[in-house]
Amino acid sequence: MPIEGTASRVLHVDLESGASRVLLFEGRPHHLGGSGLAAALYDAYGLPESPASDPRQPLIFAIGPLSGFFPLMSKVVCGFRSPYTGEWAESHAGGRLALSLRFAGYDALMITGRARTLSCLVVGSRRLEIHDVHYLRGQDVFTSGKYLRRYGKESSGHRSTVRIGPAGERGVTFACANVDSFRHFGRLGAGAVMGGKNLKALVVTGDSGIELPEGRDYPKLYKEVYQSVTGTDMMQKYHDLGTAENLLVLNELKALPWRNLQATTDPAIDGISGERFAEQLLLRQTACAGCPVGCIHIGLLRQQFARDHEFLYKQVSYDYEPIFAQGSMLGLTNASDVLALLDETEKLGLDCMSAGVALAWVAEAFEKGVVTEKETLGPVHFGNVATFVAALHHLANGTSEFWQALGKGVLYAADIYGGADFACVLGQEMAGYATGEVYFVSQALGFRHSHLDSGGYAYDQSAKDKDVDKAVRHLLDDEYKRLTINCMVACLFARKAYPPERLQEALASLGMRAEADALPESGRAMQALRWSLKFRTGFRPENVRIPKRFTEVVTWKGPMDVDYMDAVRQAYTSELYRMVVDAAREA
Amino acid sequence: MKILKANRMERCIGCHACSLACARLVHKRLSWVTAGIRITSAGGLSTGFEARLCLACDPAPCAQACPTGAYAQRKGGGVKVDRSLCIRCGRCAEACPVDAVHMDGETGLPYVCIHCGRCVAFCPHECIELADQPVADAASDEAGRETGDDKTLPRKAGQVNDASEVGHAD
Repeated sequence: MPIEGTASRVLHVDLESGASRVLLFEGRPHHLGGSGLAAALYDAYGLPESPASDPRQPLIFAIGPLSGFFPLMSKVVCGFRSPYTGEWAESHAGGRLALSLRFAGYDALMITGRARTLSCLVVGSRRLEIHDVHYLRGQDVFTSGKYLRRYGKESSGHRSTVRIGPAGERGVTFACANVDSFRHFGRLGAGAVMGGKNLKALVVTGDSGIELPEGRDYPKLYKEVYQSVTGTDMMQKYHDLGTAENLLVLNELKALPWRNLQATTDPAIDGISGERFAEQLLLRQTACAGCPVGCIHIGLLRQQFARDHEFLYKQVSYDYEPIFAQGSMLGLTNASDVLALLDETEKLGLDCMSAGVALAWVAEAFEKGVVTEKETLGPVHFGNVATFVAALHHLANGTSEFWQALGKGVLYAADIYGGADFACVLGQEMAGYATGEVYFVSQALGFRHSHLDSGGYAYDQSAKDKDVDKAVRHLLDDEYKRLTINCMVACLFARKAYPPERLQEALASLGMRAEADALPESGRAMQALRWSLKFRTGFRPENVRIPKRFTEVVTWKGPMDVDYMDAVRQAYTSELYRMVVDAAREA
Repeated sequence: MKILKANRMERCIGCHACSLACARLVHKRLSWVTAGIRITSAGGLSTGFEARLCLACDPAPCAQACPTGAYAQRKGGGVKVDRSLCIRCGRCAEACPVDAVHMDGETGLPYVCIHCGRCVAFCPHECIELADQPVADAASDEAGRETGDDKTLPRKAGQVNDASEVGHAD
């Protein structure tokens, strides 16, 4: 179908009744797409007064108006009420899902209700089926993926499969949903939301097409953008060593968390640096559909499984954040050990960052005697990969009260068992940036509690002064810029390629002039709407804890300045309240 | 005339930039399949990617099967397509020994590579190229045909690229 009108085309499936309908959701110039569309749909159809665990709460997968039409417009926003925070949340993933949704003919898929039996939803341009897959209960992500290939076979290679593992089925609050082979909706528990809906998997077949506008504007602009991302050095670092190049950089800066953030640098970095992975284990790079960069790095894991020369091999994707969370944070200094642990995490359907940081806390708590084998059911030691593999299985399967508590987050467990002072939690388990005060506040209070909300880590590195207002202005402005990109939904690696004017040009080239004209204003409105939803679903920035461990960190700049961190936190809190109050007044 | 070859698919990262370029520039309909070159995984993402495209037969079975003249033999191998003559019967797709012709369920039209090479510039890893056909071993080709061997038929040697024939009838 051609691009026309100003409505987003949304497929709503209710798993409780099995009913579905196509909604023409008006107002694309205002809600744009991606983050904005997901928020607008939740605003219209969500239940902010009901708990996150209410199966009627919508789970939304949204693409943007430029998805599939331009390079790196290759990601999907998953909007949901987080089982971890209870609040409105987002997670973003790539793979083939964005193009599959585009070619299935939908801007968003909204799923409500809980299916009576474990189910797989299959969606295409001319199909909508809900299959009973009770036989996949408890099956890991890899095995499930193989069985799920039976759905949409005729679109093989042009479909996407989102599925959960045991962690999602059991409701671990940071269970992820795996997308195709190597991508994930991670962090705030999208996998547990699927589990709560009895939705083991979603298969989207991209089996239709879109008529393109006449004229030369669109292909000409496409070529310009394509050349800017492939013909220059703009994207080279993402393809070459990938984000893993940051291991060495941050370790040298004294900003890489080691052993549950007890240190920020360690000479053993060479064993798990991006260079080490590339030279010894990198098998190949691969890409999300629609992105010519190819930033997904696949490592070769060769494991001896019996005596003599009995080996098996696996392909495991790696990046900076997974290596931090399941490498340096756990005191693992052998790259193959990191891949082995990541492979187990992938199978179980846990978010690798949250799970790694959670296990780091367990290792320190075990070392200090805060918890014992009575709780952990076995030893957990920094640097010992076998103990972490066993612990991952306990965590995903909730094999004791302790592991069930940890499945609700480190602070939840620490409040029961002790050890909150060294919980590396900033709204959720920390990302790998011990860069300083501004980053710690930005993750603690940020919309997604993520390094992806705004460049607080970069600000810590570039700022020469301690100007509180300037720091907070940076966080808000950078969030706005990233949000406009997330409304399209481009990969954030492409943010230099897509300044706001370029996005406007791109929208106009496809005939979406109203969206192009409204972009700056609508971006601000969607930024405020997202925050309003987060507040309406329980967020109170003053209640977020920044544990003591973060005040003890020493970086290249020296010890943390706690007064500065508090001042940034207070000023940021005030600005967030101001934004939400202003939005309510305008509404 | 040169033909499009996917000789280095081991390098492919699965970005689909080639198919999307063909869909966008040649066929003016954006999808994964309305393109002369289509990328699929070779059995799950962990096993790499395959390109499905015309191997430039000469004579081309699809052109021989076409009942209306919409498909005509292209000098150098492959076909020239005039869609205004197409009756959407699908005989071309049935005749193709390597499934290079996609019959689209929505438009009803066949989509096949016309060896124009517009996709080449969009491949970030030089997996595809416009190249000369290898010199044919005419004797073994003839033997293959006589024994019913269905391997594809390389073009005759010595033909030169003729830019005037590159393009699509649409």
